Amino acid sequence: MLIDALIVLIKIICALVWFLVLTLYLTWAERKESAVIQDRIGANRASILGIRIIGLFQPFADAIKMIFKEDFMPSFSNKLLHTLAPFLSFFFVAVTVSAIPFGDTIHLGRRTIALQILDINVGLLFVLAMLSLGIYGILLSGWASRNRFSLLGGIRGAAQLISYEVALGLSLIGLIMVYPSLRLSQIVQIQGRLLFGFLPQWGIFLQPLGFIIFLFAALAETKRVPFDLPEGESEIIGFFTEYSGLKWGLFMMTDFMEIIVVSCLLTTLFFGGWQVPWLGLDGFHFPGGGEWLMARWIVVILQVIAFNIKVFFFCWLQILIRWTYPRFRYDQVMDLGWKLLIPLSLVNIVGTGIIMSVIK
Amino acid sequence: MIKALGYFIEIIRGSLITARHFVVNMTFHILKVLGIKTKRKGAVTIQYPEQKKELAPRHRSLHRLLKRENGKPRCVACMLCMTVCPSECIYIEAAEDPDPEIQKYPAKFCIDLSRCCFCGFCVEACPEDAIRMDTAKIDFAQYSRQSLLFDLEKLLG
Repeated sequence: MLIDALIVLIKIICALVWFLVLTLYLTWAERKESAVIQDRIGANRASILGIRIIGLFQPFADAIKMIFKEDFMPSFSNKLLHTLAPFLSFFFVAVTVSAIPFGDTIHLGRRTIALQILDINVGLLFVLAMLSLGIYGILLSGWASRNRFSLLGGIRGAAQLISYEVALGLSLIGLIMVYPSLRLSQIVQIQGRLLFGFLPQWGIFLQPLGFIIFLFAALAETKRVPFDLPEGESEIIGFFTEYSGLKWGLFMMTDFMEIIVVSCLLTTLFFGGWQVPWLGLDGFHFPGGGEWLMARWIVVILQVIAFNIKVFFFCWLQILIRWTYPRFRYDQVMDLGWKLLIPLSLVNIVGTGIIMSVIK
Repeated sequence: MIKALGYFIEIIRGSLITARHFVVNMTFHILKVLGIKTKRKGAVTIQYPEQKKELAPRHRSLHRLLKRENGKPRCVACMLCMTVCPSECIYIEAAEDPDPEIQKYPAKFCIDLSRCCFCGFCVEACPEDAIRMDTAKIDFAQYSRQSLLFDLEKLLG
């Protein structure tokens, strides 16, 4: 019993450390990637004792700067809610990592350990629910600041997130119909099977339209540039106008954590999670008939690495998107959400149903 | 619907452009790390304090006053530069020179760099070729306005 609790504790620590370190370095990666896209070099000056490894200390410099900045709270704000809001949005994103499967189950001694903190049977719903609860952080921060511009930003944020929540949920219904499960580990398991004997049964092949809708809706959920109306950092600042110091830093970290959560979801739902194509429990079984057997632990490590690579790729893709497109106008965002993505996701559900009934 | 499709295609084309920039630049960065020299670089950045851009020969930088063979300033305090200066940043006080060929020399010659707009009119106006702006010094920021007043000694310096 004690050992079980200890294992869960270790898993939580590992996952959180993975999550936070990735968040920290995503801020660095964003600067570097934007620089490389724009033919620049990017942040490379932060150094410890004159050692600067291509600016890898930059996140620490940022964190130190943010900690020592004045934590200013306007006298007219609602103190409790103003303080609570960044923690709420941070918390709701941070808990989502508990449902993400990082790898297959491993056997240590007589124990079977799933490389996932919490293997709940409504894992997908849990992640989506926590992501939508993140709206509370935005609304509260806008409202508790008692600043008109913050309030407007909060309202814009809430309106955008709620409208894209619908498309986000509906786009996944087709996927849930194909993999009849809400348990994320089971969805990943099923994606290990082969389609027509050679194609891995990944979500992208079974639900291409669902993938596109989910990608757009998830990009809108992260509130970053093509959809950054709630914030509009270049001119209107939005819901965190009255925040400074580490509380603002929490909002920024939440943004980057949302990128990672979205990447994890895209990987888990549409790109086979930790599955490597044709890699079974005991090694590769290629469709041509070739085999390459390897030990169980190597397979597990390969799977965890594959999961990480996929997540990194989607983080890269989201940063690329953020540094490519200009911002949508407010009515364009609402048009895209309500008039294009939601009807398309309904079409996707109906089409999936028809094809499934025909195949049966 | 068709409009949306065209828009979607353009979106993908746009991201392909940025992705191409990323891949090409990243390749050159990696080649540089591996020690392979290439004609093109991954970035156009000049790492300023360590690495400086070569200035054009006509670039107007910090002023200097030229000297005669005997070490005295070439300036004859004719006040032409002071007159032509659009930002009125040159101050000259003339004194009598013992040499009848020269007649005058500047007892004080002060340029207020906080006002100077680096137009180079003083250089063009000077009949004696006594002032030039070819020191190629461009980083002379100071902590006080007072130290931006460059006097005769500094300008001859």
